[in-house]
Formats: sequence, structure tokens, C-alpha cells
Amino acid sequence: MSSTPLRLTALDALHRSLGATMTDFAGWDMPLRYGSERDEHLAVRTKAGLFDLSHMGEITVTGAEAAALLDFALVGNIGSVAVGRARYTMICRADGGILDDLIVYRLAETEYLVVANAGNAQVVLDALVERADGFDALVRDDRDAYALIAVQGPEAPGILAALTDADLDGLKYYAGLPGTVAGVPALIARTGYTGEDGFELFVAPGDAEKVWQALTDAGTPVGLIPCGLSCRDTLRLEAGMPLYGHELTTSLTPFDAGLGRVVKFEKAGDFVGRAALREAAERASYELPRVLVGLVAEGRRVPRAGYAVVADGRVIGEVTSGAPSPTLGKPIAMAYVDATHSAPGTAGVGVDIRGSHEPYEVVALPFYKRRK
Amino acid sequence: MSNPQQLRYSKEHEWLSGAEDGVSTVGITEHAANALGDVVYVQLPEVGATVTAGETCGELESTKSVSDLYSPVTGEVTEVNEDVSNDPSLVNSAPFEGGWLFKVRVTDEPGDLLSADEYTAFSGS
Repeated sequence: MSSTPLRLTALDALHRSLGATMTDFAGWDMPLRYGSERDEHLAVRTKAGLFDLSHMGEITVTGAEAAALLDFALVGNIGSVAVGRARYTMICRADGGILDDLIVYRLAETEYLVVANAGNAQVVLDALVERADGFDALVRDDRDAYALIAVQGPEAPGILAALTDADLDGLKYYAGLPGTVAGVPALIARTGYTGEDGFELFVAPGDAEKVWQALTDAGTPVGLIPCGLSCRDTLRLEAGMPLYGHELTTSLTPFDAGLGRVVKFEKAGDFVGRAALREAAERASYELPRVLVGLVAEGRRVPRAGYAVVADGRVIGEVTSGAPSPTLGKPIAMAYVDATHSAPGTAGVGVDIRGSHEPYEVVALPFYKRRK
Repeated sequence: MSNPQQLRYSKEHEWLSGAEDGVSTVGITEHAANALGDVVYVQLPEVGATVTAGETCGELESTKSVSDLYSPVTGEVTEVNEDVSNDPSLVNSAPFEGGWLFKVRVTDEPGDLLSADEYTAFSGS
């Protein structure tokens, strides 16, 4: 354990007053849960949940060649993102290994907001600064410039609509626009990590409590409750969304992770990792050593990251994330398994749970998809 | 929360009732249940099994983790709580009552079990 003091979000005092159980997440002291994580999970699926995500790493890229820099530094076609829209993308090493997955918002013609995972923010920042050499672009560490509050769930649009003049109906999924929420400036983005409709609000840290309180007041009558990172993990797992450090690592390329679609070879110019990723794409087209699949338990024991997936007494894969699924009422997992055992319905697959081989069904991801 | 005065406690956060015909009831404390979060699976010792004070005799699985269940005393298991096996959330909702885990005919107990006040001081809650 490092002795560095944990970083506190602008909402820290509020979490404590709400009785949150806190946890060290990537060096931040974050709410794990306020009450029952199952209740929090179900609130997001059926009503609404309120999250403090201020640990996420914001990096601003500006300048005449901001788009060109990001097209070089990231695997996606960032120059083609329209102002006011967002893109899910990745940053890779020259050998194609994934450094992080990112959401990039185009705020203006020459201004982007890059949002990295908390644990990778410094790595992403350093890589962008290094890759910016020779570009007319400025990379700025904005981690302390923003608090990030998310309101997620089917009631989220109604709750937010009461607090903003922004045109939420016109704000599509993966779009973001500047506006005001509860009277303070905010970047309002229709993004999330829960598998539900919802919004992420980037606000000044000094305004965070005001926005949180206004959302609480507007949302409580329709069932909104504060939600911690524990349920965020089960929500994203049910939605089949990868988590860096689990489904994504530097030893995997986007193609290994089944996310080759984020790599845009057709974009003009070179980008970091292009040659290695081209090879990875070709390899993936005829032979994938392991494939990311879903597993659903027939019993009640929960698979955890790192547990072996077995068939015929042989290890055929490894669990990357696992949890009891509140929506399915059964344990679920994501796992990389040998291609020979990756087809949904493959018989005889189990997980080694502390020495006991428990039966699991191979299913296609995601486990849960919301009705539109 | 308050820890019932009539129970005794282990430093592994189990509670032990007073013996009735030589049989005591074991569960985990509210402090432990809160620390675990929502309990989703409980593996209990089998009836007839011998459990040993301070050694693992089962496991408790929650959303985020799996934890060993330790026996606070040595003895023979006479009954397990099937209600908890079927509905592990009882451990969270009623840790000192409906969420009890097993009953044990005590043959030996360690000298360092805590009183309610001592456990409250030890656990900080």
C-alpha cells in the first residue's frame, strides 16, 4: 500500500453525511455504496441513480491541430467527430497494447475533452504530451478543473429536464453540449457506463454540491438514490461493457478484446500502433486464441476475476470480471476462453471456484440490454 | 447499531449465544454484515461436522468479495439455518436474529471471547 493520502472529491463531506462506505479506488477515496448495492443497482435499472465520478481523468486538447494530434495519438477517427458529439475510443502503444479506453468529446472545432480512467489518467496524459510533439496543439491536465456527476436510469431525463434549459430531447446518446444545470455552468453529456439512459455532468468542483443537491431534490420523489461504485461495476458488467484492468490491458489489442471496430485504419495519416494493429487485425480474422464471452452460473457461487474457466478437466480460459447479477438473479462473469469453447451454449464449461468446478453456461454479451 | 448484551463475540466478528442444553447459536455481527455488503451466498458447515474455534467452517459471499466464516468455538454442528441458505440477505437484514448461521454443541471455547461492550470497543461500532 502506498502512503500517499487519498484524493478527495468535491463531494467528500456530502458522501460522509450520507453514511457512505468509502473505498480506495485508483488513489481516490470514493463511495463504494451508501446502503445496499443491490438496491442501488435496481434503482438505476428502474428509476434513477446519482453518482460521483469525479475520479475520472479529464484532459483538454486545444489548438489548430488538436484533431490531427488526436487522430495520431488515438486509434479512432477523431477528426470526423462533429462538434457537440462524443466518441468511444482507445489509446494504444506502438505494439498495439491498450493503454486505456476513453471517451472524447468535441467541444469546439479546435477543443476536445478526453476522459480517461482514473487509474490511467497520468499514463494517458503523459502519452498525449509526448505524442503532441510537432503538433500545433496544447494538452492540458484538467483533472482538478472538473467534478463529474452522473444521473443514470429511465427517470434521468425527467429529473435533469427540471433543472436545465438545455434541449435534452435534441441531445442524442454520445453527444455533449455546454449549458446550465441548477443555475451553474455544466457540460451536459448523454453518456454513461450503466446500460441505461442518462447523463454525465462536468461541473466546476465548487458547484458540485449545489448540482448534487438539486438533482437529489428533483429526483427523490421519483425514486432517485445516491449510488456507489459497487453498483456501477455490476451495472456495466450486466451491460457487457469492458473495464480497464479486467477486460482491457496492455497485453491485449482492441482486436483481442473483440473491440477491433474502434480502430480506424481508413483515417488519413499514421497513428501510434497502426502497423502492429494491422497485423493484429489480420491475425484476428483467421485465428483468435481467446474470445471474450459471457458466463451465467447455474449455481449460486460467484466467479471472481482471475478464476480459471475449465472444460474436460482442462483450463480453457480466465474470468476477467464476475459478480452476482441483481437483474438476472444469478452470478455472471465475463471471461476470455479458447475459441473452441466460445460459442453460446457450449456444453461442459465450468469455473474453478476455490477448487470446486461449478457449471456455467456460455452466453453472448451483453447480459442485459435496455428496452428503447 | 448495538450489539446484544446477552451474546459473546469473537475478534473474527462472529457472535455466540448462551448455551441452551449445551447448544449455542452462531452468527456474524451487524458490523461484519455491513462491512461485507449484500450477502449473496452462504456456505455453512454440515450438520454433524466438527468445527474448531478460530478455524474456517464456511464462507460468506457478497457482491464484492468472498470471506471465510470462522467458528468462535469448538464442537459439533447440530443444525444449520436453511432460511439463510435460501435467502442470504437475512444476514444483512437480521444478523442477530433470523440471519443466524448454525448451532453447535460446544465442547471447548477459547478464553478470549468478548463481551458486547468489549466487542463494541474492538470493532468501533
